[in-house]
Amino acid sequence: MTLAETGIPSAEQVKSCYPPAEVRGRGPVAVFECFQRIPCDPCYWACPRGAVLEFQDINDLPRVDWARCNGCGLCVARCPGLAVFVVDETYAPGEGLLKLPHEFYPLPAEGEVVDALDRGGSRVGEARVVRVVGKRRGDTPVVWIAVDKSLLRDVRAIAIRPRAVRPRDGGESRV
Amino acid sequence: MTTCDVVVVGGGPAGLCAALAASEHGATVCIVDRQDRLGGQLVKQTHKFFGSKDELAGTRGFEIARILSERLARLENVTVLLEATALGYYPDNVLAVEHEGLFKKIRTSSLIVSTGASERMLPFPNNDLPGVYGAGAAQTLMNLHGVRPGDTVLMVGAGNIGLIVSYQLRQAGVNVAAVVEAAPVIGGYAVHASKIRRIGIPVLTRHSVKEVLGRETVEGAVIWQLDASWQGLPGTERRVPCDVVCLATGLTPLVELLWQAGCRMKRVPELGGHVPVTGEDMQTTVPGVFVAGDAAGVEEASAAMLTGRLAGLGAVHGLGLCPEYERLSKEARRNLASLRTGPTSDKVRAGLKKLEEVLQ
Amino acid sequence: MLPGEPGGFGGPNMRITDHPILSFARGKPVSFVFEGITMQGFEGEPISAALHANGIRILRHSPALGRARGFFCAIGNCSSCLMVVDGRPNVRVCVEKLKEGMTVERQAGKGRLAVTSEEPGL
Repeated sequence: MTLAETGIPSAEQVKSCYPPAEVRGRGPVAVFECFQRIPCDPCYWACPRGAVLEFQDINDLPRVDWARCNGCGLCVARCPGLAVFVVDETYAPGEGLLKLPHEFYPLPAEGEVVDALDRGGSRVGEARVVRVVGKRRGDTPVVWIAVDKSLLRDVRAIAIRPRAVRPRDGGESRV
Repeated sequence: MTTCDVVVVGGGPAGLCAALAASEHGATVCIVDRQDRLGGQLVKQTHKFFGSKDELAGTRGFEIARILSERLARLENVTVLLEATALGYYPDNVLAVEHEGLFKKIRTSSLIVSTGASERMLPFPNNDLPGVYGAGAAQTLMNLHGVRPGDTVLMVGAGNIGLIVSYQLRQAGVNVAAVVEAAPVIGGYAVHASKIRRIGIPVLTRHSVKEVLGRETVEGAVIWQLDASWQGLPGTERRVPCDVVCLATGLTPLVELLWQAGCRMKRVPELGGHVPVTGEDMQTTVPGVFVAGDAAGVEEASAAMLTGRLAGLGAVHGLGLCPEYERLSKEARRNLASLRTGPTSDKVRAGLKKLEEVLQ
Repeated sequence: MLPGEPGGFGGPNMRITDHPILSFARGKPVSFVFEGITMQGFEGEPISAALHANGIRILRHSPALGRARGFFCAIGNCSSCLMVVDGRPNVRVCVEKLKEGMTVERQAGKGRLAVTSEEPGL
């Protein structure tokens, strides 16, 4: 089943945009899961280090200069498609760090344990929230989570676990 | 009766950009919109828009509406009539408008029709029950008025609207049981589909709604798989618990005013239905009547902004107010073409080609 | 239990209070009467939004078959949401704004226009 049939990229597609192992070994780096030619280039304008190369045609897929990317995550918040993630394989022994966009309230708190979901929305493990950047209403919050290193390539969303007493607000997951 | 150089009917992204282009060249402009605020469908859009920097890519839809409206508010030669419904454009160059309970007339030789498009209905048993809403209606209720449409929604249609509204429903705290799409592939952008798949919303291609269940309101729905001829397959029925069914099965251009004004129309399915036959300058076959945005063919907000600009420039060029017309219109047409080169614009390009053939 | 809604559609939390992107500037709280029952809404919001927030989705019954109808387009295009407001029939409640003390009733079939003796020429 293809991306066009399911909304989920294939392993080959993910591999095609994944930074090479030696780049990942240096620290946090951005992954652009953008596979379809649509007219869109805010990622180019977002990067303060010029790591996203200038677009020749606005429909092109983003091209990245890995040497310039430091995994700051500005692109994660700016991509209209919410298709950019930052992975950090060097975070801690056995643990990787993932920065992902999360536009739902209530936002998780730092230290909170949340469910880690893959591209199909299936729960593949748990994650610990390290930081939440962009908490003003209207921002695209970027949540930093620590996950088992083996899950770094698959986890692309989180679900807040139901809390004991909470009114029904926007963002509560009912998975 | 008032007189105005250029009258724009419909204050969405196309109309706003048309009004801006016209008033920047010194024309007196009147915008007529039947809603209580400018911005058209943009005011309900919470997601960030695509396109290029010039068309405010990366900005949330409702912010784009605010930015364009504010640019307009700074111009002195623009009048805005809200909660005003355009009724007809007559051969003596008079536009009739219903406003504040009164029948008003505006004389103008340049009319720009940017009335957008409306949601298609889908035939199935109980499609008239309370709880069956256009996807745009669910958006209006939750994003403009802060009221949830229900507890659990079945979304019909996986074009951009179906995918985006599903995401917005979850942001508003509403469950989405599934998105069903009759076609074998998802019609909307892959990134919109991906962001709802990863939060657990199933997207079922080759599926449609068979019927809605309920005595006086939606109490559930039955979906089924479709065969290669788009017919439902008996035996594949599945019951979906839901209390709202949203229809996002396509838009049809709102073109009554253009029919009434005597414009030559052509049915172009790739553009959503009947659209007026136009030249590159967005002028219809009735001199002085222009069209822009989804009314010219269902597309995107960024294209609406550019066709609006082209129509505005065309209008002031016709009035002799635009010495730079060749250069400015060429630039706008180039930007429009560049937006339309990708594979996601294949349908639009095919539709526009059919329109061109009519003029030859 | 609110009138006419089998299964008790809605509940106390139909109003959105904590949206990740939007803030809702609501008008002042007002009361209105729906089918004899006093309800609360916000001044200036469409009547249909106030009804929805109170769990009411059935807005009228169709002329020929008496089928329940609610709204469809929510922007004044489709005529699905016609109700009787302050005695006036055929009011599109998806665009008509709520005011303090309004009476709102389901329209049964086609609207009947009230004609008074002050109408000229009749």
